[in-house]
Amino acid sequence: MLQAHALPAEPASTIVPEKAREGIDVQINGESFHHTGDPQMPLLWYLRDVLRLTGTKYGGEHGENGADLVLVGDTAVSAVTVAMHTLAGKSVTTVEGLAAGDGSLHPLQQAFIDEDAIGCGYCTPGWLIAGVALLRRKPKPDDGDIDQLPNLCRCGCQTRVRRAIKRAAAGKAGQS
Amino acid sequence: MSNERGNSTIRLGRRRFLQVLAGTAGALVVGIRLADAADAPLPPALLGDDFHDLGAYVRIDADGLVLIGARDPDTGTGVATALPRIIADELDADWERVRVVALGLGVRNDNGQPKWTYGHQLGGTGNSIPAAWRDLRQVGALARWLLLQAAARRLGVSANRLRCDAGTVIAPDGRRATYGSLAADASQVALPAQAPPVKAASSYQLIGRPAGDVDAHAIVTGQARYAIDEHLGDALVAVLVHCPWPDGTLARIDTGDALAQSGVVKVIQLKPEPGQPHGMTVIAPAVAVLATDTWAALQGRARLKLEWKPGPSADESSSGLEQQAQAILAGTAAPTTRVRDDGDVDVAGKKASRRLEATYVQPWLAHATAEPMNCLVRLDKDRASLVVPTQAPQKAWAVVQRLTGLQPAQIDIRVPRVGGGYGRRLDHDFVAEAVILAQAVGKPVRLLWTRDEDFGHDFYRSGCVHQLRAIVDRKRQLIGWNQRMVSASAGSLRGVPEDRLWRSELRADQLPAGLVPNYRSDWYAQASAMPRGPFRGMPHLSNAFAVESFIDEIAHQLREDPLKTRLRILGEPRELALGGGTSLDVGRLRNVLQLVADRIVWKNWLHSINGLGLACWHVDGAYVAHAVEVALQGQTLVVRRVACAIDVGRVVNPLGLEGQIAGATLDALSLALHPAITFKDGQVQQHGYKDYPLATMTELPRDVEVITVPGDREPCGASFLAMPSAAPALANAVFRASAVRVRRLPLMKELMRLL
Repeated sequence: MLQAHALPAEPASTIVPEKAREGIDVQINGESFHHTGDPQMPLLWYLRDVLRLTGTKYGGEHGENGADLVLVGDTAVSAVTVAMHTLAGKSVTTVEGLAAGDGSLHPLQQAFIDEDAIGCGYCTPGWLIAGVALLRRKPKPDDGDIDQLPNLCRCGCQTRVRRAIKRAAAGKAGQS
Repeated sequence: MSNERGNSTIRLGRRRFLQVLAGTAGALVVGIRLADAADAPLPPALLGDDFHDLGAYVRIDADGLVLIGARDPDTGTGVATALPRIIADELDADWERVRVVALGLGVRNDNGQPKWTYGHQLGGTGNSIPAAWRDLRQVGALARWLLLQAAARRLGVSANRLRCDAGTVIAPDGRRATYGSLAADASQVALPAQAPPVKAASSYQLIGRPAGDVDAHAIVTGQARYAIDEHLGDALVAVLVHCPWPDGTLARIDTGDALAQSGVVKVIQLKPEPGQPHGMTVIAPAVAVLATDTWAALQGRARLKLEWKPGPSADESSSGLEQQAQAILAGTAAPTTRVRDDGDVDVAGKKASRRLEATYVQPWLAHATAEPMNCLVRLDKDRASLVVPTQAPQKAWAVVQRLTGLQPAQIDIRVPRVGGGYGRRLDHDFVAEAVILAQAVGKPVRLLWTRDEDFGHDFYRSGCVHQLRAIVDRKRQLIGWNQRMVSASAGSLRGVPEDRLWRSELRADQLPAGLVPNYRSDWYAQASAMPRGPFRGMPHLSNAFAVESFIDEIAHQLREDPLKTRLRILGEPRELALGGGTSLDVGRLRNVLQLVADRIVWKNWLHSINGLGLACWHVDGAYVAHAVEVALQGQTLVVRRVACAIDVGRVVNPLGLEGQIAGATLDALSLALHPAITFKDGQVQQHGYKDYPLATMTELPRDVEVITVPGDREPCGASFLAMPSAAPALANAVFRASAVRVRRLPLMKELMRLL
C-alpha cells in the first residue's frame, strides 16, 4: 500500500548471517526438499508418509522383492534400506518422476503398457525403476542382462517385463 | 429428476431386476438390482450418486463418456478390464470413451440384513467371468436398446433398421446420433416387457479382441492407489507383533521404551475372539504400536519388550506332521472320507500284472502377496468407512458389522486395485485387527503388516502327502487307481463339518477319475494348530503334481512314451459324466495335450539331450496342458522352454488371458522350485523372501508360449487354470534330463539331494 509521507528507508543489508542449517537437502523428481526430521528415517517412509508419493511400494524391511526401488542418480536402490542422511545433495527419481514434465511417458513405461506387462501392478514401479537403471547402464541389454533384475513377482509378469524392456531398447515403445 | 423411473424394471430372475433411471445432467444409467424388501422406488438422493447406488454398471453422460462399473476386486486377474468389456460390447460402446469405475461394496439395508447391490462380488476364485457372462451382458443390451429407441424417434426410422457402431447410432441413410446426444432421451424411454436379447457372437466387437489393462497408465506412472497408499488425514499407523505361536499368550509386556519413542501414541494388545472362525478374527495374540507415521511406529515396535508363552501346539512341527502322515499311509486305518470309489480296486488288484506305488510329499506354502495385509478404517458414531485390499468385500463387511454393530448400509468399504490375493484376501483377520484398534484408540487407523508378520502369520496351504497306487493288467491297461492323501484341511478351525473337510484338499472329479474303471480316492485328516486357508489353484495344485508325476512314472515302468500313455489313458474323445454335475470332455483335454506336445516338438522326447516333460489337467470345464524343456548344467537347472495350451471356451480378452496363463505358469514353477514354509516347536521358521525364495528372473523361462484353443462355449475362469500342470510337467522334464524322479517339493532342494 502507498504511504503518503513515507521516506525512503535506509537500505538494510540483504545479507543476514545464518547458522549452518540443520537437515538434509535432497532432490526428488527434480524438486528440492529439506528434511529436518530423523536423519535415520528410511527414504521409503519419507516418500510415502511425508511426501505422499506412494508409487514406491513397501516390499519388506530389506527391500527383498524390489517393489521399493528408486533411482539415486542412475542407480536403482531399495528405498527402505536408504537412510535420509545418506541422501544429502543426491538426486532421487521415483516412478512418479519417470515421465517427462509434460506427462509424456518414459519409453519403458510406454513399453509396459504396450506389452501389458502388469499383473496386480503392485511391484510394477519397482520393475520400471530396475529396468530404467538397466537401460541407462546398457541401452541394448541382452537376455543375460535382463536376467539380473532383482525383482520378485508372484503374478508372473516376468516374461512380459522382458518383452517390454526389449521393446523399449529397440525404440519400439508406442508402436504396434 | 426421474424418481418415478425407480419402478422401471425388467424382471430377470426371481429377485433380480434390470433397472434404469435418468441420472444427473441427463445421463442414462442402467444396472441390475436385487429386489428390496418393499421393492421401494429409488430415493431422490440417488441422483447425487446414481452410479453406485443403483448397482449400476453403465452410465452414459451427455458428453458421450461411458462409465462402466467393475464389481469384482481386481487382484491382478484382469477382471476390471474384462468385465466392463463384456458390457461395453453389448452396448456397442467406443472403448476409447469408456472409463472403468471400481465398484466398492454395494450394500443396502433390508430390515437389518445386508442386501448386496452387485450380486456376485468376489475376485480371484475363477468365477468372475462366468458370473459376468450370465448377467452383465444384459445390462449392456438394455442400454443399447434404449438408445436405439431414442434414436428411432429422433431420426424417424424404426429401431430395427438402425445399427450401432462405437458409441454412435447410424441410420440406413447415413445419419448419425451419438450415444451422448441420445442419453437423456433414452432415459425416458419406456422399458420393454422383457429384457432385450443379447448379441449373437458373430457381432462381437470387443469380446475376443485384445485389450490392455484399464489401469495400466495409472500403474506405470505410480498414480494407481492401493489400499496401502491411502492416508486419510490424521489416521494413526499401526504395526504389529504377533505371538510366534498361533495359540500362545502374552506372558509379559513392557511398553515403556516403545511409548517413549517420539511419535508413538499408544500400545494396544489384541487377542483372537473366542468362538470366531479363522479368517474372521485376529489371527494370533498380538501387540500393536500406534504412531503418527510408519517410521515412528516401526521404531516403537522395535523397542517393545515382550515375552510370549507357548500354547498347546508348541510341540508341532512340519516334519512331525509329515512323519505322522507317512505313518497313516503305512497303516490300514479307515480314511476320514472315501471321496470316490468306482468299481472295485481290491478285485482289480487280483488281475494285476504290475502294481506301482509312489509317495509324493509337498510342503506348506505361504501366499507372499506383493502388497502385505493392510487396512484403513475410520469409525464414526453411525458410520464405518474402510479401504480394504480384499478379494471378498462382502466377507469383510461381515467382520466390520459384527465388531461395530452398525446397520448394513452404514458400512462403506472401498476396494481399490489389490496387490495380489491368491486366496489370502478371502480372509479378513487384518480387518478385524484394524477395526478393534480404531475402536480402542478412538481415531482412524491404517494398519500395516510388515513382511515378517506376513510370512510368519499366514493362513498357509497345508503340506500334504499323496500315496498313489496303480494297477496295470497284462494288456498294459491302467485298470486300477488308488489315491490316498493326508493333509490338514483348510476347512477345519473354520466350522466346516467333518464330512466336508476334504473338499478343500482334493476333488472327486480330478484326473484320472472316470478314465480308470476301478478308482478309489481316500482322504485322511490331520490336525494342526497352524492356520490354514484358501490358496491359489488349490486343491488342484498339489493333486496335479502327484497325479501327473505318477502317470509319467507309469509310462516309464511300461517303457512307453508318456504322451502315448496319457493318450491311451484318456481314450477316445467323448464326454464323461463325473458325478456332482461335473464332466470331462476327453477330446478337449487330448487336444490341449497334443497342442503342447507339437509345440515343444515332442518327437524329440527320447533323444533330446534336454529333458522334455508333459502334464495336463482339467478344472471345472476348462482344460490345460504344459510342455516343459529343461537342461541341467551342473547344479543349475535351466528352464529352456515352456508351452501351455488352454481351452476355456469363449475368450473375453485374449491379451488378459495370455497374461493370466503365462503368469500362473510362472507362479507355479516358482512355487515348485524353492519355497517351503516349515515350522518347529510350533513356530514358523520363514520371515521373509530370503527364507521363502520366489524364483528370480534368471530361474524362470524367458517366454511362456501360450496356445489358446478358440471356442464358443460359455467362458470359464482362468485366473489359476495354468497352475496345476506346470510343476508336474517341470518334474517330468527334470526326470528326462537327470534320471532323477523328484517326489518331494521344493524341487531344487530334492534334486540337489538326489543328484
